[in-house]
Amino acid sequence: MSSARWLQDRPGVLDAAYRATHTVLQSVEPLLRRLGFERLGGLFETGERWSKGPLFDCQMCGQCILHSTGMTCPMTCPKNLRNGPCGGVRANGHCEVKPEMPCVWVLAWERAAKMGDHGNEIHLIQPPVDRRLQDTSSWLNTLSERDQFRPAGWISVDDIGVVQHG
Amino acid sequence: MGERPMRAGSRLERVLCSGRFAVTAELAPLDTSDPDAVFDRAIVLAEVADAINVTDSSGAHVHMSCLAVCSLLTHSDYEPVFQMQCRDRNRIAQQADLLGAAALGVKNVLCLTGDGIQAGDQPEAKPVFDLDSIQLLRMARILRDESRFLSGRKIDVPPRLFLGAASNPFAPPHAWRPARLAKKVEAGADFIQTQYCFDVPRLQEFMARVRDMGLHEQVYILIGVGPLRSAGAAEWMGNNVPGVYIPSEIIERLRKTPKADQREEGMAICVEIIQQVREIEGVHGVHVMAYRQEEMVAEIIHRAGLFPRRAKSTSPVHRPHFGMAEKGE
Repeated sequence: MSSARWLQDRPGVLDAAYRATHTVLQSVEPLLRRLGFERLGGLFETGERWSKGPLFDCQMCGQCILHSTGMTCPMTCPKNLRNGPCGGVRANGHCEVKPEMPCVWVLAWERAAKMGDHGNEIHLIQPPVDRRLQDTSSWLNTLSERDQFRPAGWISVDDIGVVQHG
Repeated sequence: MGERPMRAGSRLERVLCSGRFAVTAELAPLDTSDPDAVFDRAIVLAEVADAINVTDSSGAHVHMSCLAVCSLLTHSDYEPVFQMQCRDRNRIAQQADLLGAAALGVKNVLCLTGDGIQAGDQPEAKPVFDLDSIQLLRMARILRDESRFLSGRKIDVPPRLFLGAASNPFAPPHAWRPARLAKKVEAGADFIQTQYCFDVPRLQEFMARVRDMGLHEQVYILIGVGPLRSAGAAEWMGNNVPGVYIPSEIIERLRKTPKADQREEGMAICVEIIQQVREIEGVHGVHVMAYRQEEMVAEIIHRAGLFPRRAKSTSPVHRPHFGMAEKGE
């Protein structure tokens, strides 16, 4: 088993790393803001591609929701589904489109269950993807809040809570 | 099901609201530009179905435009369910088609993700998948209920649509399927049509969870059923049609039947499954998918004891001739 896969099956560890990264970035945010997010884009994109690429097969959508999907990248789903599995999942739990690949959402579901309360975020309705952010750094987009963009029509329905499933 | 506001007043919605057991049926896709072919296929379904599902280039194969077929049907007073998927349209095209569909008299829309491109005969095409099915459902609801586009821009007259979504209780991860249904209800589903059911115990398990969550009181659930043509066809479907699960006992039962009688046995199995799912609390109807066996649908419905459907004459009110008036002459 690859070390990436070993880590992926420990979403708690990844979640802790995710939060640590977030905390560090938040603490240096004023400095980064002064330097200018735009000037830092290239640097951050490279850093994110090199770290999240091997670990999550990150597709650089620029609006990371890993913590809501059991630390499993939904953009690796051939249909780019952000809200759960399609109906085509094979009996062995593999992808309809790529039979050799385990379904991203089957893995996400198993891993979210290991994440405690945080795992419940998998029940949130994820808004449409902002395609303009493709190939930009989600870390910078979080700091600049560019990843918080929602179409105006969507906003009234955006704050729907976790679906009751328990 | 408690009192619910009428969304679109479609025939399907009225049947479900009245508490009657609903029947929908799938129209086989057409590889022609001849509108008469649409009516020839639809007429056998219209006799027994409250609404006819029109697929949207299903299996990633090109067929006559779904919206065009829907339009032909509404012009003849047939009731279509427009199956809109996310594979071929981005959010702009989807919103445009939702308005256009309503203008053409379409009142039911089933919001789907769509089959992957690789399933079709043009796997080199570009898959769109701009939104997923839940986002599409939510967007359609915003158009209908808030009278505005996703951008926030106002719509003069919103599309009145009865919104549907798909569910596959038979695909992994099984434990998640009821929660995914809940998400679809939250996003705006008024009705659900499921994938083919050949595994009734699995459906019972799923529905028990659905009832625990109270979802059967928030959404109408129609179970997908269909006749298997033969043991070979069943085996092929189970192996090649994404999301279709056929238990080995069913294939065995067909295999033990002499070849000449397998079609009849497949129909008998379908009738039995309808009778069993009808007994499950929270099931509001069936969706019959008889791929290229449409002529059998009436008999299946009849034998399952779901006749009579409606007294009204079912021949097309008129067959419009959109540019085909001089066909062949």
